Amino acid sequence: MTRFFALATLLLLVGILVSLVDGAMPALEKFGSAFLWTGDWNPPAERFGALIPIYGTLATSLVALVIAVPVSFGIALFLTELAPPWLRRPLGIAIELLAGIPSIVYGMWGLLVFAPIFAEYVQPALASSLGQVPVLGALFQGAPMGIGILSAGVILAVMTIPFIASVMRDVFEVTPAMLKESAYGLGATTWEVVWNIVLPYTKVGVVGGIMLGLGRALGETMAVTFLIGNMNFFNGFSLFLPGNSIASALANEFAEAESPIYTASLIELGLILFFITLVVLTLSKLLLLKLSGREGLKT
Amino acid sequence: MHGSQTDQETQIVLRGFNFYYGKYHALRNINLDIYKRKVTAFIGPSGCGKSTLLRTMNRMYDLYPEQRAEGELLLGGTNILDRGMDINSLRARVGMVFQKPTPFPMSIFDNIAFGVKLHERLTRVQMEERVEWSLRKAALWTEVSDKLHQSGMSLSGGQQQRLCIARGIAVKPEVLLLDEPTSALDPISTMRIEELVSELKDEFTIVIVTHNMQQAARISDYTAYMYLGELIEYGHTDDIFIKPKDKRTEDYITGRFG
Repeated sequence: MTRFFALATLLLLVGILVSLVDGAMPALEKFGSAFLWTGDWNPPAERFGALIPIYGTLATSLVALVIAVPVSFGIALFLTELAPPWLRRPLGIAIELLAGIPSIVYGMWGLLVFAPIFAEYVQPALASSLGQVPVLGALFQGAPMGIGILSAGVILAVMTIPFIASVMRDVFEVTPAMLKESAYGLGATTWEVVWNIVLPYTKVGVVGGIMLGLGRALGETMAVTFLIGNMNFFNGFSLFLPGNSIASALANEFAEAESPIYTASLIELGLILFFITLVVLTLSKLLLLKLSGREGLKT
Repeated sequence: MHGSQTDQETQIVLRGFNFYYGKYHALRNINLDIYKRKVTAFIGPSGCGKSTLLRTMNRMYDLYPEQRAEGELLLGGTNILDRGMDINSLRARVGMVFQKPTPFPMSIFDNIAFGVKLHERLTRVQMEERVEWSLRKAALWTEVSDKLHQSGMSLSGGQQQRLCIARGIAVKPEVLLLDEPTSALDPISTMRIEELVSELKDEFTIVIVTHNMQQAARISDYTAYMYLGELIEYGHTDDIFIKPKDKRTEDYITGRFG
């Protein structure tokens, strides 16, 4: 009986995959692999290429990670090494609660509260500082609109921080006290202990936590839809520009997809997203397994 | 009570020393002189405070806010309990090895270089010399010289513990604290560590906590017997084991309890 349920999960997964492939078949046949690297998304002309949403998905997730990973590391470091004991629990719970806020709320808050503030203060500041740097500056050009790849990435960062920070905190806590004391005993500071001893000791778990966050960022729909601008043209690499992500494109366009090839193209987008997240989650599972195997722990 | 029968130079001096875990009074009015380049052993039943006492000598207890010490703990004449004490440089002068081997998750070479880098700027060649010097001192060089860039965790338990000793002496401390260093090791590895301790006392002051009385008798010059947070008797190891003055010491070393 239990075997049946276990197999049913697998069958369900395969079933979803098969139906996605089946639904996407017209697009797969018509565009072939060009679908992956064509930036043209033109429903009236029935020409479809996934490059813009793939780029948007990866770019917003990357921005999210660039912000979320160091912030989460700081949070985990504070919670495990620096915070007074009475503050650890309430603060830890508060961070976990951030994960419980529905993504639509993040989206609305992002559009109505965050985006105007971001456009008025943060983007001009970024443009006049980082925007002046050679090469990197190209990412911070253009009109501060408050919505776009960068804004979506920032909101995704806020949404992924609770995941990454709580995994990091958990793995930092399993570091044996005696190992840390050994490093403190040589005269290392808290920073030196965490950076040189705790982080290498827990690296597999930390990477697993980052992968979980990345998995969430890649598939996040509502919050991104509100903030990314839903634009299917590529105007440059500036992060201030609006773009589109796979999940957001699906949410917005399914209702208006009338021709079969349009629907099939959207389903193929879903298939691509499925593969991207599957790869990320599989990697994270493998890494977490490796961690528990190495330390003799079951999580 | 403390060894007055000698004109040895003192390294660590405790006067009116008390220690608390929160409200619990763990060490009561300890007065003790630890002599330079000698091996001093702390013995006593579990919970007597011998490890606690050891951990005050590099202020390891500072990591735990509810723990505090009072009184005088003089290292080379300065009270290390003073607020202004630089803890990181204190720990460069007072190294520590723990109950279980704790190799860092890095190569054998880096395990040793890690502590040295915290306090000194050495060239690559100087660092290589220092690593070899400390591994030779720890009687580990011949076993690892061809695999310095393998992980420290790949060694056997006894080798790992000698790596930890090498790591401790690489910083060139004055004092080496050993907290039951052989409790997780097999008899042969234990013997190696004991031989090592006898060699290292030419250069370092060694304080060792042990639950093994034979070990204390074998390797130490001075022995302190502790019981329920008090220092009961302290003196030459031979005197403590052959003609203890206190009934409680005698009961413990003759195996009547503990």
